[in-house]
Amino acid sequence: MCYAAQPEADQVLVPWPPIGVSGRAKIAAVHDPTSTPVRIRTMLTLNLDRPPDNFTVLRASPEGKAVVSNEQTYSQLTVWLLAVRDHRDRAAFGDMFDYLAPRLKGFVIRCGAQPALAEEIVQDVMLTIWRKAGMFDPHKAQASAWIYQIARNRHIDIVRKENRPVPDELGEDPGTEPDASQILALEQETLQLKQAIEQLHPDQKEMIEKAYIGDLTHQEISTQTGLPLGTVKSRIRLGLGRLRKELKGLR
Amino acid sequence: MPAITHHIPAPMIAAYASGSLPHAFSMVVASHLSLCHDCQAALGAHQAVGGALLEEAACVAVSQDAKSNLMAQLDEPAAPEPLYDAKGIYPGPVMQSLKGQPLRWKTLGMGVKQNILFEGQGGSARLLYIPAGQAVPDHSHNGLELTLVLQGSFSDETGRFGVGDVEIGDETLEHTPVADAGDPCICLAATDAPLRFKAFMPRLLQPLFRI
Repeated sequence: MCYAAQPEADQVLVPWPPIGVSGRAKIAAVHDPTSTPVRIRTMLTLNLDRPPDNFTVLRASPEGKAVVSNEQTYSQLTVWLLAVRDHRDRAAFGDMFDYLAPRLKGFVIRCGAQPALAEEIVQDVMLTIWRKAGMFDPHKAQASAWIYQIARNRHIDIVRKENRPVPDELGEDPGTEPDASQILALEQETLQLKQAIEQLHPDQKEMIEKAYIGDLTHQEISTQTGLPLGTVKSRIRLGLGRLRKELKGLR
Repeated sequence: MPAITHHIPAPMIAAYASGSLPHAFSMVVASHLSLCHDCQAALGAHQAVGGALLEEAACVAVSQDAKSNLMAQLDEPAAPEPLYDAKGIYPGPVMQSLKGQPLRWKTLGMGVKQNILFEGQGGSARLLYIPAGQAVPDHSHNGLELTLVLQGSFSDETGRFGVGDVEIGDETLEHTPVADAGDPCICLAATDAPLRFKAFMPRLLQPLFRI
């Protein structure tokens, strides 16, 4: 058995990452117990000398809590999505709805939709998640990132009545095995990313939010904020640059 | 295939992820992403930012029957969506815009041909066919132009562009792309404004060819 659960995963999240990389003690500081308790509760701790030798799909329990299997857990959203993908688990889908729908509605309204349309888009996005769950691959995308793209695509398809061009899937190298540590590394990056966003200067944070949530072009951002275009672009770049730097620290 | 050296800039990938790009540009970006692991990874990073912001979004309560309505729909069969896969040199987004129709090249003279894929608000997208050694008439741009090479290669004042490479032209770029020796060069090009041709004749012909 190569996994050993840390008894108090909330506080103790070292050693990380599992395989042969040093200097990651700061990951422990990322965990703010006041925010997103679900995700923090379900972050795993691995104590690994070698890569995982098996891969277990986790099922959501009726309470929606992550079931710890093989002493490893994923974020709650990932657990729900995998339960829907692999078992068409309605209970998990219902729990995901309770968590996701109000956030999606707030998000879609910030994207400019009226509340009635927002409700329609939320329903559409949730149904799309149910139907396309088979395409979710936690090696390639974090659950929230995957859902974000579905939400943007459906919103645009509904409003513009045209199908968004979607890139072809690029294949993995043949023989790539499912690797839980990769999934967990991605999830760690999400946590780091959230932390990085929190640490942005308020001006930069607002710009970033508008770029990703507001559905605004740079020109429109400029009009809305009264800032000259050059400033808007440079703030977005500066903000993204800082994010990238934060993320780079993970690799 | 030689490595892709001209990529989509990061802010444009972010704009693609968020859906802020006009449709014609989205076609080029999605087509480049279909060929480029690096940019698809960059897209993943931007989607992660979007996902983080989505989870942090302020909650707005949904109506009471929203959930039961949705749960009741889960067993309904989904309307079949036509899937257009990549075919030959043409990535999925190009096939998607053709909607199963065959290519219909229209000749522009000097062996240069085009096939308009999309024309609408916010720009147009077309396939361009340029025989080896042939120049596209000298032109500059009113707005932004994205050109993705799908076959062969071309060179202009700014460098050489092979399969998968994207050239981004704006008001400041005046260039004369020439298809390199070898296979005819086929590009996917999108503009948000009509191109301005420097030579007198092409400008007269511009409305005719909708270029």
